[in-house]
Amino acid sequence: MVKKKGEIKIQIKDLNLYYSNFHALKNINMDIRANRITALIGPSGCGKSTLLRTLNRINDTIDGVRITGEILINGKNIYGEDMQVDRVRKEVGMVFQRPNPFPLSIYNNIAFGLEINRMVKSSKETAKIVQESLEDVLLWDDLKNNLKMSALNLSLEQQQRLCVARVIAIKPQIILLDEPCSALDPKSTTNLEELMQELKQKYTLVIVTHNMQQAARLSDDTAYMFMGNLIEFNETSIIFTNPSKKETDDYVSGRFG
Amino acid sequence: MNSKITDYIIEKIIFLCGIIAIVFVVLIFGFLLKEGFAFFKEYGVFNFIFGKYWYPSSNPASYGVFSLIIGSLLVTLGAAIIAVPFGIMTALFIAELAPKGIRDILKSIVELMAAIPSVVLGFVGMVTLVPLVRSILDIPTGLTAFSGSIVLGFMAMPTIVSISEDAIRSVPWQYKEGAFALGATKWQTIRRVVLKAAMPGIIAAVMLGIGRVIGETMAVLMVTGNAAAIPTSIFDPVRTLTATIAAEMGETVRGGLHYRALFGIGLVLFTITFLINFIADLFLNKKK
Repeated sequence: MVKKKGEIKIQIKDLNLYYSNFHALKNINMDIRANRITALIGPSGCGKSTLLRTLNRINDTIDGVRITGEILINGKNIYGEDMQVDRVRKEVGMVFQRPNPFPLSIYNNIAFGLEINRMVKSSKETAKIVQESLEDVLLWDDLKNNLKMSALNLSLEQQQRLCVARVIAIKPQIILLDEPCSALDPKSTTNLEELMQELKQKYTLVIVTHNMQQAARLSDDTAYMFMGNLIEFNETSIIFTNPSKKETDDYVSGRFG
Repeated sequence: MNSKITDYIIEKIIFLCGIIAIVFVVLIFGFLLKEGFAFFKEYGVFNFIFGKYWYPSSNPASYGVFSLIIGSLLVTLGAAIIAVPFGIMTALFIAELAPKGIRDILKSIVELMAAIPSVVLGFVGMVTLVPLVRSILDIPTGLTAFSGSIVLGFMAMPTIVSISEDAIRSVPWQYKEGAFALGATKWQTIRRVVLKAAMPGIIAAVMLGIGRVIGETMAVLMVTGNAAAIPTSIFDPVRTLTATIAAEMGETVRGGLHYRALFGIGLVLFTITFLINFIADLFLNKKK
């Protein structure tokens, strides 16, 4: 559908997902390009979060989920038999709807991912990456003297930034964001959106949002989904001004949904 | 109007029930203090707590409870060493790993364990465990602190398992999801996130389990041999504070020094269990 610039990072091929008997994703085919922000939009229950959660196989943790089809990241099928799921998740980080820092110190929230993925050999190295990650999400100056404080004492915006820091510390290639601003106030939302614009220089971002304005101002590409189907996928400017399908037009112009 | 009167009466009845419970506790505590302190005044606290010999029927009598305190602590420590790791791992298995069918069966079994009367456990321990300990370890008697620890460990298990399991299960799914999303395996997630988050609840579970053990009387009376001497190892017979009160209260003269000495023991026990419950409470509240 899309034939534009940017190398293809994620290829979704004939993807179907069932929750027990419910057919939640129907024959999804989609190419997501590197170093861009791709937004998934659509009404509640359309499957946009489910689709996002197939990209790092976090749906595997839910009972009764069955998946057919392929998702290729850098040309390799992450549902292939020789794929280790924890390796996939290291390369595809995720930020959730509600900030979910661990009930540990700020420092250990970031050190956790480094240690379990055996990315650091010394505590000096850990400290360096913790600092860099916090600098990247603009938390370092505020928190550098309180790294031992519990992460649960932070404001929601800070918690969500910490969750982003925790992901970029382990240097993934892709970052998935599942309505990352839904728990935040408008000012925090703007701040986080600026952060995402920064992040796309280094990473491929896929974001689920129920907020059409956010998709319009933030993303480069937009996919509109409805009832488990991918209705239309194109550059955001096209989706919002000149969509080729009537359903898409109805949704983005607010006549439906 | 009618319903107002009903309301009034029910409110008063509930109030009365609540007050009566408090009054009883205060009275029991007061009685314990009165008899205990009367004894302390006559015999001396230091002689009581650190006295090595418990000879209530010699002349002159000697009421040193040091060996009993050591006996109680030794049996409790042994029970904790057995029950804590085993209990926490069982809780982890039930909460995180077991398939649903097995989980339900295990939970009912653990609850059933809590319902076994302690005298039954003591009896079973006496006829099965005690001879086994004697023959396997080749020691003169199987009535030892070790046997007591095993039986009490068994009694502490249900408390430790069910409260720890609650704590582990109430760890929010979002924490686990966050860990999985960073590439953590199931075991890494359990060890570094789930157990950490559940730790206050687990510590409270352990404290309550130990509280139950230290106050336990019948089972321990039946399997530890009841020798009021300071043990040299866990394979010696010991006598606990609780067993002493239970075994001797019937033979004392009401109001006599021996009688009061037993209340002194009661006060020591009360202090220990109060401290343990207090610590457990601290952790339970920290959790919230």
